[in-house]
Amino acid sequence: MKMKLGQDHPLAVALFATPAVLLFIVFVALPLLLAAGATFTDHRLMSPEPTRYVGLANFQRLLALDVAVVEPLRDADGRVRTDDDGVRYPTWRQVRQSHPELATYREAFRLDLPAALGNTRVLLAASDPLFYRSLINTFLFALLVLPLQCGVALGLAILVNQKLRGRVFFRTVYFAPVVTSMVVASIVWAFMLNTDRGMLNELLRGLLGNPDAGPDWLGDSRYALPAIAIMSAWQGAGFQMLVFLAGLQSISPELYEAAKLMGANSWQRFVHVTLPGLRNTIVFVLVSTTLLAFGLFTQVDVMTSGGPLDSTTTVVYHAVRSGFKEQDVGYGSTITLVFFVIVLALSWLQRALAGKGDK
Amino acid sequence: MKRERPQRADNRVRPQQAIRHVRLALVALAGAIAAASSAPALAAPVEMKVWRHDTGDLEMAAGRAAVERFNRAQSRWRVVVEAIPQGSYTESITAASMVGQLPCVIALDQPTVPNFAWAGHIRPLDTLLPASALEGLLEGGRGTYKGHIYSVGQLDVVLALFARRSQLAALGVRVATMAQPYTAAEFHDILALAKRSGKYRFPLDVNGRFKGEWYSYAFSPWLQSAGTDLIDRAGYVRVEGVLNSDQAVAVGRYYGRLFKEKLVERHPADDRAFEQGRSLFHYTGSWKAREYSEQFGADLVAMPPPDFGNGPKIGAASWQWGITRSCRQPEGAAAFLAHLVSPAEIGAASRMTGLVPVTTAGAMLTEHYRPGGDWRVYFEFAQRYAVARPATPAYPAMSSSFEKAMADIRSGKDAVEALDEAVEAIDNNIARNNDYGFTVRKAGDGT
Amino acid sequence: MTATWRSRLRDLALFLAMSAIGIVFIAPLLFMFISSFKSDAAIFANLDRWSAYLPSADWSLNNYTAVFEKSDLPSFLLNSTLIAALVVVGGVLVNSMLAFSIARMRWRGRNLVLALVVAMVIVPFEVIAIPLLSLVARLPWPAIEHGQLVLHTGWFNSLHVQVIPFLANAFCVFLFYQFFRDIPPELDEAAKMDGAGPWTVYARIIMPNSGPVIATAAIVLFISAWNQYLWPIMVIQGEAFRPVQPGIQQFFGRTNSWGQIMAYASVITLPVLAVFLAFQRQFVASVAGAGVKG
Repeated sequence: MKMKLGQDHPLAVALFATPAVLLFIVFVALPLLLAAGATFTDHRLMSPEPTRYVGLANFQRLLALDVAVVEPLRDADGRVRTDDDGVRYPTWRQVRQSHPELATYREAFRLDLPAALGNTRVLLAASDPLFYRSLINTFLFALLVLPLQCGVALGLAILVNQKLRGRVFFRTVYFAPVVTSMVVASIVWAFMLNTDRGMLNELLRGLLGNPDAGPDWLGDSRYALPAIAIMSAWQGAGFQMLVFLAGLQSISPELYEAAKLMGANSWQRFVHVTLPGLRNTIVFVLVSTTLLAFGLFTQVDVMTSGGPLDSTTTVVYHAVRSGFKEQDVGYGSTITLVFFVIVLALSWLQRALAGKGDK
Repeated sequence: MKRERPQRADNRVRPQQAIRHVRLALVALAGAIAAASSAPALAAPVEMKVWRHDTGDLEMAAGRAAVERFNRAQSRWRVVVEAIPQGSYTESITAASMVGQLPCVIALDQPTVPNFAWAGHIRPLDTLLPASALEGLLEGGRGTYKGHIYSVGQLDVVLALFARRSQLAALGVRVATMAQPYTAAEFHDILALAKRSGKYRFPLDVNGRFKGEWYSYAFSPWLQSAGTDLIDRAGYVRVEGVLNSDQAVAVGRYYGRLFKEKLVERHPADDRAFEQGRSLFHYTGSWKAREYSEQFGADLVAMPPPDFGNGPKIGAASWQWGITRSCRQPEGAAAFLAHLVSPAEIGAASRMTGLVPVTTAGAMLTEHYRPGGDWRVYFEFAQRYAVARPATPAYPAMSSSFEKAMADIRSGKDAVEALDEAVEAIDNNIARNNDYGFTVRKAGDGT
Repeated sequence: MTATWRSRLRDLALFLAMSAIGIVFIAPLLFMFISSFKSDAAIFANLDRWSAYLPSADWSLNNYTAVFEKSDLPSFLLNSTLIAALVVVGGVLVNSMLAFSIARMRWRGRNLVLALVVAMVIVPFEVIAIPLLSLVARLPWPAIEHGQLVLHTGWFNSLHVQVIPFLANAFCVFLFYQFFRDIPPELDEAAKMDGAGPWTVYARIIMPNSGPVIATAAIVLFISAWNQYLWPIMVIQGEAFRPVQPGIQQFFGRTNSWGQIMAYASVITLPVLAVFLAFQRQFVASVAGAGVKG
């Protein structure tokens, strides 16, 4: 029933679209706008003082960056001072004393140049170094989880798609982690990752025959994030497996027959029939996994509390800690707003790139 | 599908309905007359809601018993308790407080009391509770802010260094006493000796699995023992030069060394090391007293924590009770709180849970904590060593920053850097909140 | 004969591979389940050995008894089930309807709505939790008391506060939209020739052919509803409407009773798995029966 030229009856459209749109507006868009509004204030969770408008102060606090170049400490005769840990530099507080404009900044990253370049240290100072570090952690995590989770999911889907006995059972087994709550999974994994007595290190020690093998998974700043990535991939792969499965089953079997008749072996069939047929599904899985990865929070909260040494602090974790635990709602909202904009931009970019190969 | 019989109740019931109406009216009339002529005490008790944290079985049972006794002893109010999981308790009541949905009485973890008081969610108790109820309370039984009492508690927990006499004797180590506690240096050497003996992989257990408030509760007393603190308590504004003073850095380095030298396990799988004989010392709260006493009997010894120069210090104050500003029955709430801190109730609570009573009168009524009792030592720790955590609304932020500093030190960061960062974070927090009202604004100050 | 032999060998190899992977996937859950029958001491004694996955000598139901005594788990389970059921049914309806209107109807602004919906997929819940809290505390809710309609302010401590905000799910809308787009429009056209209105097209053509995506969306909605943790902590302060996940906090106290924690975790995980196992066959059937594609 078309009323206007090329358009459906507005009432009919309203019937279908309104419920969800209304819910989105009230329960997603409105809070988002309120959060956006809070970024311009110093709103706190509990405070007797009225909320004040502070303009862009929160953004400045979040994003301000500066660079400082620092000379190493030198002896009286001009030689560079060294000790067991290497070249010695002034502490951050001393640097600030000679660079008063860095008063509210803290050290974010450092780069020590080699002797050939004068042993100078280049410091990137930020007003909120944890924000930048958490950005990097979040992207790093997404980079780790993406191939792991999607690759495993695809492999599982292919396996489960074979006409094998018990595949429904296996499907359930692979899906089991998905229905486990993050809190429960984090606890059990924390046990398994225990340095001294956890299963994983026991396994490694057995395989490598080395009684000292097995890193401090959750306690070493180099391994904590990968450990959480592995655990997240474990948790999420089952769901993506189902999505891939649906995609696989929508590939017409005749295509496979044709390929077999043309003499293609399994690998060639995979590359030339399966992958192209799954193109849309792959894009979808990649995009959705990336987006979910950016929201990493619960595992970090339960397993590592953002540590060790801030190596697992993600942007959402930083925001929740600022907003809820440190009660600075205005600032917490600022973090999430800026992050939202970044991710939005990235996802448009990703879709544009993926869309280029389409059609 | 069966066709249902049409309802014909209306027509037939009408006369019966009329009779029922008359009967009801008569009863109502009788009731009204009775109510008007009876003493007010016969009116139904007003329901008063209390929120508390959900914790161990014994504490919950003790709480229920106390409530029952209160409800039975008077008929004006009836207390109804709602238990909220402890791990998320503060978040839960913060969320409710944000939107004005707090009940009459709430349990509060004492260090958060100044925050709630500053935000205006709870009332001062000085005028609501009788002075006699308030004066006997030890440091660990009250929560104050700006000189007023905002919360009262029944029980406290003290920090102690648990060990077994037999194991200490086997290593030739002396037992520390209140007269002669271990000095920090001595303690370190004992730990090193224990590790060298090969019997203990990690001689000291400091509850590495705990998160949150534990770090501030357990280790800020080391700062106080060293002569410094988390914040300057004269004005509750200055942190610089206090939390990162030389003494504080020394404590931080001491803590870091414990992990570097593998005297303490960085990520223990559980907190059973002491009870299973895998560690020599357990630095923890006296909530373990009953369990360890039962397991080790007279072999157990509870010693003061190490002395960093100014005498051993321990944290004070546990869960307490406050009255919210939105409470409509403040006298009822006050009566309930007064009931809870009466000697009889404190004694009963202590007897049931084994935790430390916060008044001398209460202690007299218990077998363990009265003079001569086998756990009297914990009561004396509370009397002598307890220092309340700083009574400032900044405390939650301070605790969080301190916890992070300690975590970073554990992971290898230098104490100077870690404490400097903590100082800055806390300073910023205090500045952003206008010093939490501790500095008086001079007239004529613009913003 | 060699062909069958080889295919049997291949099947065996695949089976072994799947089993090995299956073990890796199920190990943590197996650990959780087996530990729920052990005492705390037994759990820690075996933490680093294969016996962690085997029953111990003091195999018993004590932890389960304690869990049911200490907390109102049956009531929490009921709450979570109700919430999840409402979210699934309501969510599938509401989200598929919106997707239908974008995919199959023409109206001004539908591309904008689609873009906005996609943007909302990114928003993690924690971001809007606090403003949502303020909002939900001020929303009215009708109730009937003493035969009259009254309006309560605030949605705290109720079932609807845990259901309504989660019905509209951007991810599900997107799922439905992608799927609907791939359904050949000829089916619609045929129906419309016979005079069918949009609702008939939706209810009789599109939805019956959307088995796989409905199943997927149902799973997504169910899991998100069942696993809610942060939100119930904030809006539920009593036991009456508390769901299962926050309840686990009750077992984390000064002394964590790990056996009980594992028992609690098992009770809230295994039924969900069982439901999925049952639900799965429908999923397979619907995919097999979807005569639309291929």
